[in-house]
Amino acid sequence: MSTGKARTSLLHTGLMHLALIAYTALCLAPVVLVVINSMKSRAAIFSAPMALPGPKTFDLIGFTTVITQGNFAGYFSNSLIVTGTSIVAVLLFGAMAAFALSEYRFRGNTLMGLYLALGIMIPIRLGTIAILNIMVATRLVNTHLGLILVYTAQGLPLAIFILSEFMRQVSADLKNAARIDGLSEYAIFFKLVLPLTRPAIATVAVFTMIPIWNDLWFPLILAPGEATKTVTLGAQSFIGQYVTNWNAVLAALTLAILPVLILYLAFSQQLIRGLTAGAVK
Amino acid sequence: MGSLHLNEIRKTFGTVEVLKGIDLSVDDGEFVVFVGPSGCGKSTMLRIIAGLEEQTSGHVRINNRLVDTVPPAKRGIAMVFQTYALYPHLDVRRNMGLALEQEGIAKAEITARVGAAAAMLRLEELLHRRPAELSGGQRQRVAIGRAIVRQPSLFLFDEPLSNLDAALRVGTRIEIAKLHRKLGATMVYVTHDQVEAMTLADRIMVFNAGAVEQVGKPLELYHRPANLFVAGFIGSPTMNFLAGDTAARLGATTIGVRPEHLIIRDDGVWSGTVIHAEHLGPDTMYYVETEAYGTLTIRTDGDTWHEVGATLSVSPMEAKIHRFGADGRTLG
Repeated sequence: MSTGKARTSLLHTGLMHLALIAYTALCLAPVVLVVINSMKSRAAIFSAPMALPGPKTFDLIGFTTVITQGNFAGYFSNSLIVTGTSIVAVLLFGAMAAFALSEYRFRGNTLMGLYLALGIMIPIRLGTIAILNIMVATRLVNTHLGLILVYTAQGLPLAIFILSEFMRQVSADLKNAARIDGLSEYAIFFKLVLPLTRPAIATVAVFTMIPIWNDLWFPLILAPGEATKTVTLGAQSFIGQYVTNWNAVLAALTLAILPVLILYLAFSQQLIRGLTAGAVK
Repeated sequence: MGSLHLNEIRKTFGTVEVLKGIDLSVDDGEFVVFVGPSGCGKSTMLRIIAGLEEQTSGHVRINNRLVDTVPPAKRGIAMVFQTYALYPHLDVRRNMGLALEQEGIAKAEITARVGAAAAMLRLEELLHRRPAELSGGQRQRVAIGRAIVRQPSLFLFDEPLSNLDAALRVGTRIEIAKLHRKLGATMVYVTHDQVEAMTLADRIMVFNAGAVEQVGKPLELYHRPANLFVAGFIGSPTMNFLAGDTAARLGATTIGVRPEHLIIRDDGVWSGTVIHAEHLGPDTMYYVETEAYGTLTIRTDGDTWHEVGATLSVSPMEAKIHRFGADGRTLG
C-alpha cells in the first residue's frame, strides 16, 4: 500500500518537474539565443544560429560597436533613472494608499479601492493620445519626469491591490499597541507595517520593474530624443529598414538584461528574507 | 493611581447599536472585569476606554480628566492584547522601552524601569531575545512588562490569557492577580471566561448584547444573580432551569438550581436516567435526562458511582433555589 502510494507520488512529482523544466526551457530559450549569438560573428549568426560560440565564431564586434558607436552609457542611465524613480514612487505611494484603504474606515473606502484597482483591467496605452497631449501641453515630452509619471500611474493599481491585501493581514492589535505606545500613524506605517509587508513589497517591485525596463512604447512616443532615450529604444537604432546590425542589437539586448537581473536578485533576496523573518505569533 | 468613569457610552456601527449606554465608576486600585459572550460589546467598550475606538456618544473620564478627544498614548493607560502584539523586529528590551522612548524619557530612566519590570516578571535572561524566540507565556509576560514600565494610571487587559494553553493560563492568571496586589493599580480586564472573571475581579460587569446585565462582586453574582442571563452565565456547569408547574408552585415562571445544589437521595422529587457521567476526581458530574424538565446537571463528590442508564432521584436545597419572573428578572 505504502509503496504503491510512493510510486504514484514519484510519478506525480516527476511529471510535475517535467512540466516545470519544459516551461523553464521555453522561457529561457529566446534569452539564451540572444546571449549566445551576441558573442558570435555576423556570418556565424546566420549560418548556425543555434550553435554556441566556438573559437572560430567567437566575436565581440557587437559589444564594441555598442560601446563605441552609440551613446549606450547615456541610454543605460536613462533607463536606470526612469525605472528606479518609478519603482520608488510606485512603492511609496502605492503602500501609503494601501495602508489608508486597509487601515481606516471612511465613507467611500470600498469605492475608492475599486476605482484605484480599475487600472489593472484597463491598459494605460489606451490613453496614449491623451497622455501625449498632456505631456505636450505641460512640456514634459523628452523628459525623464514625463516617463516617470506615466510609469508611476501604470504601476500604482496593481501595487495598491496587492499591498492592501497584505496590509489587512498585519495584526490590528500590533498597530493598536503602537498607538498606545505613542507612535504616530507615520511611524506605524514606516516602522511597523512596511517591514512586516516586505515580501509583498519585493513582489510588487519585481512586477513593476520588469515592464517598465522593457517598455518600448512610451519612450518611443514620449521621449524619443537622444538625451532621454532608454536602452530598449537605443537598441532599435541598430535596426534599419534595409540593413540591421544584428551583432549590435543582440549585444545591446544582452547588456540590457544585466541591470534588471541584478535588481531582481536584490529584490528576491528581500523576498526570501521577509518570508523567513518570523511573523507576529 | 487612577479612577475611571464612564458616562452613558453608546456606540453604533452603521445601524447596529453595539453599546447601549454604559455607565461605570471604577475606584482607584480596583480590579474590574468585563465578562460576557462573544459579540456582547465588552471589547468595544475597552477599546473606547483606550481611545482606539471613538464612542458615538457619552463621556470617558480617567483620573477625573475628560479624555474623549485625547489620543491613546496621552490617556495614561497601558494595554495588554490577546495576541501579545509585540513588535517582531525589536528585542524584548526595546519592546518594553519603546513607549518611554517615544515619550522622550532619559535613557538611564528607561533602563531602570525596564530592568525593574523584567525582574518582577522574571524576564532578565530574555531581554536580548526577539519575540519569535520566546514561548507564548514568555511573550505575554513581555506584553505585561511593556504595560508596567509605562506606570499608567489604568491597566487594560483584552483577553490576555485566551491564546495560552490551560496550564499557562492558570499560572499567568495568578501572576496578574499578584501584580495587581503589588502595584495596587486600577485594572480593567476583558474576558469571556467566567473562571478568570471570578478569580481576578473585585467587581464583575456582565455584558450581554451591548448592555450591562449586572455589576457586582464575584460571589454576589454567584449567589444573587439579577436575572436569568447572569444566572446562566456565572457558574460552571451552568445552572439548571425548570419551568412549568414546579416553578409556578413557588410563584415563579422559571426556577434555577445550580448543579452543586442538587442532592441525590432515594426519595428525591425529580428523577430521571443518567445519560452521561464525568468523573473529575474531586467532583463528579451526572447528566440526568428527566421526562418533565429535560436534562439536569448534578454536581456531587468524587466518591459516588452511578452507571450510565441508572435511575437517579434528586432534590434541590430549598434555600438555594433561584426564582425568576416572566421578564427573566430575579424575584425578591
